[in-house]
Amino acid sequence: MSHAATFARTMLGPRRAVYLLLAVLLVAITVLNPSFAEPQQLVRFIQRVAPVAVVAVGQYFVIVSGEFDLSMGSLVTAQVILAGTLIGQDSSRSVPVLLLLIALGVLVGIINGLVTTWLRVPSFIVTLGMMLALYGAVMWWTGGSATGNPADSFRQIGRGGISGIPLIGMLPWAVLILAAVVAFGAWISRRPFGKVLIAVGDNPAVGKFAGSSVWRTKTAAFVISSLSATIAGVLLVGYAGVHPSVGQGYEFIAITAVVLGGVVLGGGKGSMWGALAGAFALESLFTLLNFTAVPSTFRDTIQGVIIILAVAYSGAVFRARRRGDLDPSPPPSGAEPTPLGEPPLPPPAETTAGSK
Amino acid sequence: MKLRNLSTTAIVYLALLLVLIISAALVATVGRNLLSPGNIRDILTGMSVLGFVAIGQTLVILAGSLDLSVPYVISLASLVAATTMQGESSRIVPAVVLTLGICALIGLAAGSITSRLRVHGFITTLGLGLILKGYLATTYKGTAGSVPWEFQLFGAAGVGPVPVSTIVMLALALIVGIGLARSRFGHHLFAVGGNPDVARLSGIRTHNSVILAHVWCSVFAGIAGLLLASRLGVGSPTVGPQGGYDLLSIAAVVLGGTLLAGGRGSIWGTVGGVAIFAVVDNLMSVMQVNPFLKDVVRGIVIVVAVAVYSRRRVVVRPARFSPSGRNILAPAPTPEEVA
Repeated sequence: MSHAATFARTMLGPRRAVYLLLAVLLVAITVLNPSFAEPQQLVRFIQRVAPVAVVAVGQYFVIVSGEFDLSMGSLVTAQVILAGTLIGQDSSRSVPVLLLLIALGVLVGIINGLVTTWLRVPSFIVTLGMMLALYGAVMWWTGGSATGNPADSFRQIGRGGISGIPLIGMLPWAVLILAAVVAFGAWISRRPFGKVLIAVGDNPAVGKFAGSSVWRTKTAAFVISSLSATIAGVLLVGYAGVHPSVGQGYEFIAITAVVLGGVVLGGGKGSMWGALAGAFALESLFTLLNFTAVPSTFRDTIQGVIIILAVAYSGAVFRARRRGDLDPSPPPSGAEPTPLGEPPLPPPAETTAGSK
Repeated sequence: MKLRNLSTTAIVYLALLLVLIISAALVATVGRNLLSPGNIRDILTGMSVLGFVAIGQTLVILAGSLDLSVPYVISLASLVAATTMQGESSRIVPAVVLTLGICALIGLAAGSITSRLRVHGFITTLGLGLILKGYLATTYKGTAGSVPWEFQLFGAAGVGPVPVSTIVMLALALIVGIGLARSRFGHHLFAVGGNPDVARLSGIRTHNSVILAHVWCSVFAGIAGLLLASRLGVGSPTVGPQGGYDLLSIAAVVLGGTLLAGGRGSIWGTVGGVAIFAVVDNLMSVMQVNPFLKDVVRGIVIVVAVAVYSRRRVVVRPARFSPSGRNILAPAPTPEEVA
């Protein structure tokens, strides 16, 4: 096979297709609006994507470990409102409140993780309960009317940057923070933790027999996810300000981005880079729709069509390749839709359909 | 009697009884009666909409999938019904048939994408929900159509303290319950949800079970939409998403003891789960709890209840090995010895 054919095959494969999609979208935006390709505009674009990308990277770790985190959106909202209410106009409170937000993020992650692993409640339900409880608690505490942005020095994290850089003008803090999060994610994916996470997500029973601690691994994934929601909250409070609707629906946007990036729901397959590219592809799609004459209400419809097509495509290509590469092999059972929220350790002897 | 030896549905109804006792006691402390006819009516009314949605959701979850598109199906159903009726009682039957037919088509699409294209049900229905959401927001700017007085009776009438809608809901639950226990569809559904590979190797057309489950789920969401249209008198694009019926119905199903992974569960458990939700909601309304605090309580109730269930044994079967590892079944006579 020639190099060009190998490259094309790789780019059309289930894992790389998202990069191709992203490239096509970016080219399409540039054609419609040539100024988009200017360095300044590109940096602005990355700044706008940063919160979604950070959340997608966090969600990736939870999904690849075989779980869901639906509490992210509410956590983002909670952090935004807490920052606005606690800091107020007193910039000296920024650092203590920031530490408090991080502590809350870690706490939420630990609760999600321990209830999922120790009490064996499906993570879908745990994080759904956390989503309701967090949002309700914050709104109850603020009396339903969260107003008042935090001090400008705190908001600089989301909207400010290092100015006076040649070529791009201002380098936003958000871009640097995103880079740091991605670097951390890439580093931890290469560490033993990253490998164990994928093993446990693929098959918790085998992961456990191989000597890994399932509960510790999954809890760590939930903590990473909650921390990423915290970071996104801090960025959004600067970028968008305080409003109870900031962060709403972020959990589904993050899951969409992760799945678009070729990560399989049910765990065990996918990479952080894919999730990151998925977030960028999703936001590029929205940007593209803004430049075209499509009514804004149709944004959701197009988003829905794209995610179904993307997942159907990557699944079909994955199965076709697997059949071709590993012939003669049994049909790939791993590509079957994996049931949600499997118990961490199904008792091995109970395979026959018994009485219920 | 140990908790883990009880059947799941029994635990659900024990939990419901416990919730009822605690609620009655709490309501009594503020000098009111939880079981007064008016309050019973409130609780049962609160059960009906979520009940319809949760019955459908149970079928889909049993099949190993799930349906996040129900809120938008509900809104669409209410709008199609109200705009087709336009206040004329002669159009009730065609409007209901049209509405449920459209819902069945949506379910057909969801089921086909999930089973034939093997897209995870979560993604399929999230995507379909977004498609419908975009369509609703583009086509309808607010409430539309109107519902004739005769049709409003469906949401308003009652037999004593029991609303007609709740009777319909329970009757449909009975039919679905019998169908799950006796029909071929029911047995196939449990088999497919339990293990699709084994079901397929046993000669079941797994695609058909998943598709049918999705069709029924959308139809039940459509019935919920009809009920809401009858209560509101108009069709509304926001009535479904505002109710949060997607996640609440999944929570009610799991609260009713059905495994989120599929293959195990019952309709009666789901009805019990919906009842628990309705009693807790009613308790908080009577006690005048802050509306935001209600969400906190709901979230905690869901997680705690499911944590209690997860202690149960999923498969009831005599133990094969003793705690020391000895094979208990070994001394039992083999078929040859019996013969």
